[in-house]
Amino acid sequence: MSEMPDSTHFKENAHAALQDAPLQNALRFVRGNFVEKRAAAAARLPEFEALRDSARDIKDHALAHLDLYLEAYEAKVVAAGGHVHYALTAKEGVDIVLKLCQERGAKAVTKGKSMIAEEMGLNAALEAAGIDPIETDLGEYIIQLRGETPSHIIAPAVHLSKEQVEADFRRVHRDLPDGRDLSRPELLLTEARGVLRDKFLSADIGVTGANFLIAETGTSIIVTNEGNGDLTQILPKVHIVLASLEKIVPTLEDAAQLLRVLARSATGQDMSVYTTLSTGPRRPGDPDGPEEYHVVLIDNGRSAMLGGDFEDMLRCIRCGACMNHCPVYQAIGGHAYGSVYPGPMGAVLTPSLTGIAKGGHLPNASTFCGRCEAVCPVRIPLPNMMRHWREREFERHLSPAAMRYGIGFWAFFAKRPTLYRLSTDLAMRALHLIGRARGRFRSLPFAGGWTRYRDLPAPQGATFQSQWRARSGAVN
Amino acid sequence: MARQKRGRELSARDEILANIRRSLNVTGAEAPRRMAVEDRLARPRAGIVPARGQGDAAARVATFKAEAERAQASVVEVEGAAEAPGEIARYLRDSNLPATLRMGEDPRLAAMPWDETTLEIARGASDGHDLNAVSGAFAGIAESGTLTLVSGADNPTTLNFLPDNHFIIVAASDIVGDLESVWRKLRERYGKGAMPRTVNMITGPSRSGDIEQTLLLGAHGPRRLHIVIVREM
Repeated sequence: MSEMPDSTHFKENAHAALQDAPLQNALRFVRGNFVEKRAAAAARLPEFEALRDSARDIKDHALAHLDLYLEAYEAKVVAAGGHVHYALTAKEGVDIVLKLCQERGAKAVTKGKSMIAEEMGLNAALEAAGIDPIETDLGEYIIQLRGETPSHIIAPAVHLSKEQVEADFRRVHRDLPDGRDLSRPELLLTEARGVLRDKFLSADIGVTGANFLIAETGTSIIVTNEGNGDLTQILPKVHIVLASLEKIVPTLEDAAQLLRVLARSATGQDMSVYTTLSTGPRRPGDPDGPEEYHVVLIDNGRSAMLGGDFEDMLRCIRCGACMNHCPVYQAIGGHAYGSVYPGPMGAVLTPSLTGIAKGGHLPNASTFCGRCEAVCPVRIPLPNMMRHWREREFERHLSPAAMRYGIGFWAFFAKRPTLYRLSTDLAMRALHLIGRARGRFRSLPFAGGWTRYRDLPAPQGATFQSQWRARSGAVN
Repeated sequence: MARQKRGRELSARDEILANIRRSLNVTGAEAPRRMAVEDRLARPRAGIVPARGQGDAAARVATFKAEAERAQASVVEVEGAAEAPGEIARYLRDSNLPATLRMGEDPRLAAMPWDETTLEIARGASDGHDLNAVSGAFAGIAESGTLTLVSGADNPTTLNFLPDNHFIIVAASDIVGDLESVWRKLRERYGKGAMPRTVNMITGPSRSGDIEQTLLLGAHGPRRLHIVIVREM
């Protein structure tokens, strides 16, 4: 396994990402594709904004009654012949899956794309137990071959070029002819389809995630485009669903509201190709489908988030729109965050799951431009919650000394308005005089972080406050 | 583990429910909360339903067709069920595909005149070695051009995913406006709160955008989806 960055070194990771030419080239696709497609899909549906309100309200209602909906959901799963397992932690969730696999003598486990499985570190645990985990989503398959983690929650291999994928396929698919043509994306896809088809048919157990769990019927829903999630869950004898607690929604009608915003926000599709509702195991007379159906419900920090500053984060439906629209994500990609969940949603969720000491830097990876909140299908106030984390980080003295002194220095002046005005007036005049010849600075003491990448425009002479005073006659 | 430290037997389930209730500051026994949940489950409420899929039967079929084509499915309308086998045979011939076809035991399909074509018919679930399969849809959804299929011997779920070319026959009268109408139809057929093992909602052929965000059809599921709408089934 190649070494993946971790969140405690976010600053260094981000710096490295900015210098990484292949990564920067790959990130072009995020900047263009996702943003335009979502905008077009939203514009095509007049009810889209109202659906976002509806989606938010449904999740809020479900979270406020989560204990009762969980009980109702469990009863329905059992009535349909399925089994529900509970895991307080990621580790307990892994143990449940391992036990299910070992009791059935499973050797190969196919997997649909699941972020909770990433959070649990399930693949590593299966491998350690001598069980072969096979990622079947094309993007997940590619990064599994590379020993990497996903760099995006819906497009896990978005950081890679087709040349990199070709090199990996040649390295791993050794039984295929050396001279074969893999120069185009469709040839790579066809090769992966062929290789994975055999694995689907021979797997002992299939593991998928869940986009939603329906309390009314005991149903799990997965939403995919490739069909890999379906082959994963209908071909093996056992289907295991992994889901965190907050995936519960009350009824099919509620799921319809969420489905209408999910694909549009994620990929700009009206509906993903496959929306699949699964309820229990194969029925008498069914010619196919799994003989056993297990759901592992994982808490791993969610129950503690309820009722607190970060409860709204539990509305998240994992569409990825916040990262697609984030200028920081667009500049550095997902790996620099060093956490399972990147981008704005990751910056809020990660410290809740891993603790502020480990994930506390991530909420600083924001310009507070507000685009994430503007596109979030369930209207999570992401910038506000990042601000909460920054405050906590500051209170706990976890921010770097230079930053703390800097803020203290600024606060000294900010609390003394006359002194603040005098000193900024003086400083701006001085900078104006020094910089007037060029109109901009190529370098400046204490501002290397800015001037390394771009020039700093020279001040025009008067401060904002003095100009304001001149125009309206009042500041205080 | 917290629950071992406390020295009493508490299942993960009980502990999670207790944690949720502590965070929400509730006991779980409050009558108004219980009633709110029971009511919501007993009487599901439709939220915002897009106008796009609404209209009379002809409008729904037209919208369904346009939306399915946007999702890269091909769609053909035929007058009666008797014409469906011929249409599928024509599609396979025109696409230079082998004249083979797998199907389940759906009586609507069984009643069609397959022996009037040269198609070699196989029946039952797929083992992954079929090129072509046909299924009968439970419903079509106009708002997004989506087909709904239910599992069972009539239309085995494997036929929806393993073959390269998937044909779905849907009666015009089964094309509804929206997702909510499908839920109603499911409740009518399977009973309230009950579901078939699998409900597949299918919108176009399988695809992936995972390599350089280039959209490619035929990822793990069918490369082609051909929909035959039967006006009078």
